[in-house]
Amino acid sequence: MTAGTEARPSSAPAHDLEDVELLRSIEEHGVGFRVASGLLLLVILAGWVLFGRQLLYGLGVTGLNQPVAWGFYIVNFVFFIGISHAGTLISAILRLAQAEWRRPITRMAEVITVIVLAIGGFHPVLDLGRPERALNIFTSGRLQSPLLWDVSSISAYFMASTVYLYIPMIPDIALLRDRGTRPRWLYHFLAWGWRGTPRQRTVLDRAVGIMMILVIPIAVSVHTVISYIFAMTLQPGWHSTIFGPYFVIGAIFSGIAALLMVMIVMRKVFHLERYLKHVHFDHLSKLLLVMSLLWFYFTFSEYLTAFFGNEPSEMRVFYYKFSGPYALFYWGMVACNFVIPVLILSFRRTRRIPGIMIASIAVVVGMWLERLNIVVPSLANPRLPYPTGFYVPSLVEWGMFVGGIASFMLGFVIFARFFPLISVWEIREGRAESVAHTTERIEGYLPDPRPVESSAASGEA
Amino acid sequence: MTRWGMVIDLDRCTGCGACMAACHQENNLAAVGPGETERSRAFHWLRLLPEVEVARAGWFGSEHGAASDVIVSYLPQPCFHCDDPPCVRVCPVHATYLSDEGIVAQIYARCIGCRYCMAACPYNAKVFNWYEPEQVDERKANPDVSLRSRGVVEKCTFCHHRILLAREEARAGGRELRDGDVTPACAESCPAQAIVFGDLDDPGSRVSQLARSPRAFRVYEDLGTEPKVYYLTEKG
Repeated sequence: MTAGTEARPSSAPAHDLEDVELLRSIEEHGVGFRVASGLLLLVILAGWVLFGRQLLYGLGVTGLNQPVAWGFYIVNFVFFIGISHAGTLISAILRLAQAEWRRPITRMAEVITVIVLAIGGFHPVLDLGRPERALNIFTSGRLQSPLLWDVSSISAYFMASTVYLYIPMIPDIALLRDRGTRPRWLYHFLAWGWRGTPRQRTVLDRAVGIMMILVIPIAVSVHTVISYIFAMTLQPGWHSTIFGPYFVIGAIFSGIAALLMVMIVMRKVFHLERYLKHVHFDHLSKLLLVMSLLWFYFTFSEYLTAFFGNEPSEMRVFYYKFSGPYALFYWGMVACNFVIPVLILSFRRTRRIPGIMIASIAVVVGMWLERLNIVVPSLANPRLPYPTGFYVPSLVEWGMFVGGIASFMLGFVIFARFFPLISVWEIREGRAESVAHTTERIEGYLPDPRPVESSAASGEA
Repeated sequence: MTRWGMVIDLDRCTGCGACMAACHQENNLAAVGPGETERSRAFHWLRLLPEVEVARAGWFGSEHGAASDVIVSYLPQPCFHCDDPPCVRVCPVHATYLSDEGIVAQIYARCIGCRYCMAACPYNAKVFNWYEPEQVDERKANPDVSLRSRGVVEKCTFCHHRILLAREEARAGGRELRDGDVTPACAESCPAQAIVFGDLDDPGSRVSQLARSPRAFRVYEDLGTEPKVYYLTEKG
C-alpha cells in the first residue's frame, strides 16, 4: 500500500481513530433522534391535515382572491428555492477556488440544498387548482411558458445537486460500512463497492470536479428563471430587467444565512467545536456581509428606477410598500437584510457566534419578507385597479408554511442520523495533503528566485 | 378571415348592469354569494368598472352645477380578446389559446389551475373557481355552454356558442354570415344599444366603422396587447 492511499479512510480502518467522533452520532444515537423526528412528524402531519381541507374544498380555503391570485405558496416556493442556493453553489465555488476552509462546511451546505429543493419544488403543486392534472405539464407543456423553464431548471438542479451530494459521500459511507455500522445493508448498498483504490480515487476526484463546474451554471439558472416568472409579465413592480441577478443574489444571500444557522445549531448539538472553528464562521459571515451589501445595491437600484420613472401604476406598487399597508414588511425587510447584518458583521467584536446567529436569523426572515414584498403588492395593485386587493393568508397556508419548515428540519435530522455531517475523508485529506499542497501553491505565486549569474552581471553593470 | 371584436359606447352606457346579468344567465356563471364577494372573489366574465369623479365645489358651485358633486360612470369590461394576449404566452399547458377568429379561449378540461394567466393579464379579465361552483339547476342552465368545475380558470368567450349557432343558421339558409347575425348576450340585453359586436376585418361592418371613429380608444393600448374591444367616448 502506498503512502498516498494510506490516508484514504476506508483502507485504513482501525488505527486511524482521529475523526471517529464525527461518526459517534450515527453509531450511538439516543432517544433524541426519536423524540425530535416524532415531534417534527407531528407538525408535518398537522400541516397535511389542514391541507386536506384544500384538497376537499378547493383553493377557496386559502386567503387568495381576485387580484391577489398568488400568495404564501408562491412566496414560500421562491423562498425555499432561494435557500437551496446555500449549498451546492457555495460548496462548488469554494471547492473551485480551492478554499481550504471549506472542508467541514461543504457537506452541510449540500444537504440543505437537496432537502430544501425538494420542499420548494413541491410548492407550486400545492398552489394548483387541479393538482391531479400537474402532469399535463409533461403531456401538453408549452416551452414558451416561464413555468416550464422553471420545471426544467429546478429538476436539473435537483438531480445535479443530489449527485453532487452523493458522490463525495461515498468514501464516508464505505467507512461506515467497514466499521460495521447498522443498518449494514444501507451502507453496503450506498458505498457502491468503494475500496479506496488509486483508480477509484481518480474517478471520484474527476466526478466531483465535473459536477462542481456543472452545478454552478445550473444553480444560477434556477433563480434567474424563477425571477422570470415575474419579470416576463407586464405587471408593475415585476417587469424589470434586473430581476434575474437580483433574485440570484438574494438566493445566495439567504442561502449563506441558512447555512450559518444550521452550522451553529449542529455545532452545539453534535459538539463539533473542534471542527467548526471561529475561522469558518468568520469567513462565511464576511461572505454574508458582502452579499448583504450587494443585496442593498440591487434593491436600491430597483426601487430608485421605479420611483424616478414615476409611472402611475408603478408608483401605486411603490407606495403600497413604502408607506402603505406593506410598509411594516418593507421596512422590516430593509432592517433585517441590511441594517442588522451590516451593523453586526462589520465589527470584529460582534462578529462572534451569537452575533452571527442573530444576523443569520435576521437575513432569513428578511429574505422571506422580500419574497412577500415582491409577490403580493404587485398583484394587489394591478395596472387596472379594479379592484385593488388585499391578502390575508389562511390557517391552511400558515400550516403548510410551518409544515415546510418542519419538513426541512426532519430531513436534516434524518440525514444526520445516518450520515456524517462533516466529510470525514475530506478532513483527513486536508490533514494529510493540503498543507503541502497549499505551501506549494503559495510558493508558486511568489516571484521566482533571482538567477545567481544574471544578478551578478547586473551588479557589475 | 373573421376577427371578432366589440365596440362599447360609453356615452350611451347608463350603467344599468343588464349586460352583466345577461352574461351570468347566458354563460351559466356560478353565483358565489355575498360572503365570497366580500372576500374579493366576485365572479364575472363582464365587469362594470366604476369611475368616480369628485368635482370639488368651488366658491360658485362645482363646474357640473350644484346638483351633484360626485359623478359615477361605468366602463363595462369583458375580456378584451387581445391579438397578442399576455395570458396565452405564459400558460404552461396550452389551456388558453388564441383561436383563428381571434377569440382567446380557455380549455377547462386541461387547465391545471396555476393562475399564471390571471397574474399575467394586465386587465384582470380572468376568474378562478376557488370552490366547487354552485351550479345553476341543470334544467335551467343554458345547454349550449359547458359547466366548469372547481380549480380552473374561466373567462369571457365573446359568446362563442352564439357564433357557432349563427354560422349554422346561415349555412342552413344557404348564405354567408352577415354583419349583425351574431349578437352576444351582453349586446343583446343592452337597453341603450351601447354594445356592438362584429367582424373587425370586414371594413363595412358596423363594428369596424365605429372602431375607426375618432371617439374610439382601447384600454392600455400602449402595452402592445392589441385588445379587440374598443370604447367610444367624447371625454378625453
